[in-house]
Amino acid sequence: MKISLKKPVLAIGPLHPLQEEMEFFQLTVDGEIVTDIDVRIGYNHRGIEKISETLQFDQVPYLISRICGICSASHPLAFVQAVEELAGITPPDRARYVRTIINELERIHSHVLWVGLAGHFIGYDTVFMWAWKYREPILDILEKITGNRNNYGNVKVGGCREDIDDSIIGEMLKELDKIEKKMNMLTKAVLDDPILQARLKGVGILTKQDAIRYAVTGPTARGSGVDIDVRRDDPYAAYGELDWKVITQPEGDVFAKAVVRLLELFESIKIVRQALKKLPGGPIAVEVKQIPAGEATGHTEAPRGETFHYVRSDGGNRPVRHKVRAPSYVNVPSFKASCIGTNISDVTITLAAVDPCYSCTERLAVIGGSKVTYDGKELLRLSRGKTEQLKKQLGFKEGFKFE
Amino acid sequence: MDYEQLKEKINTISDMLIKVEQTLPKRLYLLCESENAYKVSKFLFEDLKARFVTTTGIDSDDCYEIIYHFAYDQLSTFINIKTFIRDRNKPQIESIAPFIPGAEWIEREIHDTFGIEFNNHPNMRRLILADDWPDGKCPLKKDYEFKKLR
Repeated sequence: MKISLKKPVLAIGPLHPLQEEMEFFQLTVDGEIVTDIDVRIGYNHRGIEKISETLQFDQVPYLISRICGICSASHPLAFVQAVEELAGITPPDRARYVRTIINELERIHSHVLWVGLAGHFIGYDTVFMWAWKYREPILDILEKITGNRNNYGNVKVGGCREDIDDSIIGEMLKELDKIEKKMNMLTKAVLDDPILQARLKGVGILTKQDAIRYAVTGPTARGSGVDIDVRRDDPYAAYGELDWKVITQPEGDVFAKAVVRLLELFESIKIVRQALKKLPGGPIAVEVKQIPAGEATGHTEAPRGETFHYVRSDGGNRPVRHKVRAPSYVNVPSFKASCIGTNISDVTITLAAVDPCYSCTERLAVIGGSKVTYDGKELLRLSRGKTEQLKKQLGFKEGFKFE
Repeated sequence: MDYEQLKEKINTISDMLIKVEQTLPKRLYLLCESENAYKVSKFLFEDLKARFVTTTGIDSDDCYEIIYHFAYDQLSTFINIKTFIRDRNKPQIESIAPFIPGAEWIEREIHDTFGIEFNNHPNMRRLILADDWPDGKCPLKKDYEFKKLR
């Protein structure tokens, strides 16, 4: 982008000051109002599609579970579904249920993580502490099933690698009850809070029309009233056999996205509970002999939206082309629609609202004209300052302040 | 809309298509020449209201293939537009980003990795390759030599 010296550009990045991936936002601002946004990515490009062409079909799931630490169940599942579609393999019933359970537990811990981070950005560190504390038991359950807290490596072409031990199902159900109670408390605390409502409603609105034009997916789309969910629209694993519903909110603002994520937590808990109770017996994998030539697509609903994989085979043991589209790839460009016209202090939370995976470090600089350099603390100060202001306006009294 | 109606709708643009393949009950492939890909995409996105998913570029032996993936969620179907760019020396195709802003990034990525020009693209800059990456080195082409990874 040509940077005009007349219009001040606010640069956030290339290491995003608050989140955990390398992306570079250049905001053109008029006073405090954002008039244009430019996103640069590619700082962390690892060439996974190219590497995948050099690996065998049974090695690829290990590679692509490393695309994202949090979506390490949904990426391999989308790939494996594409390969199974290509080879005409139907995984055994038990494998479908195990896949469902792991994917839903992943969604729960990812959404809770987001709630915590969002709370932190707007000055609600209690929400952050609660959310991350309550996320731990979910990771413990995942560790019990797969041996890992993240990067489960449990899905393979034809089924699953690790089975759920029937003896721990009772324990898991009890743990889920406990988690549900805590989530209830967390959800009420967040959604009923008048300050959070004042802070997040009407902020960073992505209209339904823009959501469709930018092809966004997941909670970002559902928070804008676009009723899509791969789990229902193209049922995979065991989702078609379980009772749950898709959560949508029409408003399109940050609050709507928070509502969607928080209410989805309960649907996910419902799905895991049903899947554990209905878990059929039998083998967890079928033998796979050869992947024939051809092409196939697979998609799953990751916590952030639809994960899409396209696989082409020439009949050998490696894919000749493997295309990956992660949900943030379509959700991030929608900032162009949601950030323009907002205040700088709202940008932090608007950028965080689509839950992109970012890396937290500390550089934010105003270039063009004045030579002011801010750091991550300044971004937090701006964002939290607005919350404080709202608290004053609403007559909220701080009982105790711990510095 | 049921499947028959979808087929009827697709038949209304049959003059722009070479062939319609149904590899699986829920996977449709519409084959067309690269000049028509823009119009077919526009038809799927605006008339059928299909959801844009992504675009895949493929380096085949004698041509480049571009596949536009659209999801038709009410019938759980993927409608893929497959098109061939036969001129390997100066590959180009019409951009669909002017009416689907969600396709802007993926077209920039295909431009980076395959060297395919997208005509009338609103913002054709590098997306994933570094600024000092040499021009004309396209990493996803089959003739691109890269260091042994393992």
